[in-house]
Amino acid sequence: MSHSTTYVPKSAFAKWFETRLPVAGLVHSSFIAFPVPRNLTYFWTFGAILVFMLAAQIVTGVFLAMYYTPNAAMAFQSVEHIMRDVNYGWLLRYLHANGASMFFIAVYIHIFRNFYYGSYKAPREVLYILGVVIFILMMATAFMGYVLPWGQMSFWGATVITNLFSAIPLVGDTIVSYLWGGYAVGNPTLNRFFSLHFLLPFMIAGVVILHVWALHVPGQNNPTGIPIKSGKDAVPFTPYATIKDVFAVVVFMLFFAWWVFYIPNYLGHADNYIPANPAVTPAHIVPEWYFLPFYAILRAIPDKLGGVIAMFSAIVIWVFMPWLDTSKVRSTAYRPLYKQFFWVFVAVCVLLGWLGAKPAEGYYTLAAQICTVYYFAHFLIVLPVLGFIERPLPLPNSILESVMGVQKVGAGMPAGAHAEPQSKG
Amino acid sequence: MAHPTHAVEPTRRDFLFIATGAAAAVSGATLVWPFVQSLAPDAATVAAGAPVEVDLTPIAEGQIVKLFWRGKLIFVRNRTPAEIKAAEDVNVATLRDPQADAARVKAGHAQWLVVYGNCTHLGCVPLGHQGEYEGWFCPCHGSIFDTSGRVRGGPAPTNLPVPPYTFTSDTKIVIGQEATA
Repeated sequence: MSHSTTYVPKSAFAKWFETRLPVAGLVHSSFIAFPVPRNLTYFWTFGAILVFMLAAQIVTGVFLAMYYTPNAAMAFQSVEHIMRDVNYGWLLRYLHANGASMFFIAVYIHIFRNFYYGSYKAPREVLYILGVVIFILMMATAFMGYVLPWGQMSFWGATVITNLFSAIPLVGDTIVSYLWGGYAVGNPTLNRFFSLHFLLPFMIAGVVILHVWALHVPGQNNPTGIPIKSGKDAVPFTPYATIKDVFAVVVFMLFFAWWVFYIPNYLGHADNYIPANPAVTPAHIVPEWYFLPFYAILRAIPDKLGGVIAMFSAIVIWVFMPWLDTSKVRSTAYRPLYKQFFWVFVAVCVLLGWLGAKPAEGYYTLAAQICTVYYFAHFLIVLPVLGFIERPLPLPNSILESVMGVQKVGAGMPAGAHAEPQSKG
Repeated sequence: MAHPTHAVEPTRRDFLFIATGAAAAVSGATLVWPFVQSLAPDAATVAAGAPVEVDLTPIAEGQIVKLFWRGKLIFVRNRTPAEIKAAEDVNVATLRDPQADAARVKAGHAQWLVVYGNCTHLGCVPLGHQGEYEGWFCPCHGSIFDTSGRVRGGPAPTNLPVPPYTFTSDTKIVIGQEATA
């Protein structure tokens, strides 16, 4: 990593080790002495919560893989075997299945925190794009994981999602048969999904390391959006951020435990307790809740290829956000006009999620179409235009001033020096 | 590599560098081929795609039978005279995927409709005798098919395709084999 460390090895062994592998110095500079803005809220603890969730999913997943059989004839039975016979198998499976939903709850809060406080803007574009990559990998992992129990929703979810690729002109059908390893979703499909479901979390872990690395170059954004200017704006990562992160993770674990122990099947679908049957599609097929907004966009377009393109574009457009947003002010707290559009956007996303779970007919389709248009307009019209017409509120001179008030800081500078260019984070 | 001294003429080292790089790139690209090909349907799956014989005698008038060929669902429908008439009376030019009913059944066997049983939108199984035209209705995204398996509404882009099959007698068909005569 780029910064030099202030770590001083105390023992002779530590000194000997540090000259051979300076990992203690790296940890010290990244997670102990690292300066974090003093005004971070609990919204900034979701990174740590997400790291915890990734670790939890990998640990529970590795144990489940010891008992699961990736074979179309045995997969469903092996999951029931885990639930009924394996010691604490029910707990491992419920932790893993609900863990996926908790992972997505945390990631959506993390993403919308980033949208609200403009964390995607310079100089954090690469950090942000790595985050989008992680999100896409998470979606792929979650989708393939949902196929593994080989219930009705697994099978038909796999059929519908893999068929999305058949919309590609000319080569679509070939691509789909290569995804399936056959002429329909079947045993080869289940086998390769299991293999990839095991692999992808470790790829996510790799990208997470890059994401954290990229974060530690400019440092964290904060609720004011203005960078750390002096030592008084910051506190050391340990103990301040460490204890706050750990506390947040513990509270999140309570929330997680509530789902696991009280309503473990609430987020699932009853149809997935029926073994996969390629001759019957469930009457109402819906993806997991975290895919619903994108599913609504897919169904809103009355054209197969168009729907698929719109759905993938809905995520890919995030990558261009740092350049679509023309405002120099990061934090929405100082953008009175954008603040309203932000909450409209949040409402539209929630509404799309709700519509994704409704049948695709009548007014639902019309509403989904209106929401889809607005979703894209937010990125392609609202973000570029507001930067030019909006008059931002005056920014504080420093993080310290925003926390303590102007008088206490005593800088005596006019508070109206707003919208200063922020080229450096 | 701070200050490479470039000769005016390419040197032996330049040649070796480019030749090695080209060899590495070509072999790397070649290595991708077996990995990608391994994802394709394997020999056993392809072999399992041999033609299947279907006896039509137990299928009552109006009934739809589901069967599998190559792991794909197939509908065999014994159409009623009213269903045949509805399918034939359509103005083909108004269809999304224009195809006459006569082109979707075998000559002299208009009673029998044989089509793939997965919606051409995203592969769900449409429900028989439902929807506006009482052909099929897909519960997933609302595609509507008529009694000839042609798309009449919803997001499906094409008609339910007709698999290759042939009549070996008036009451027997072989799916996966086209008539040779």
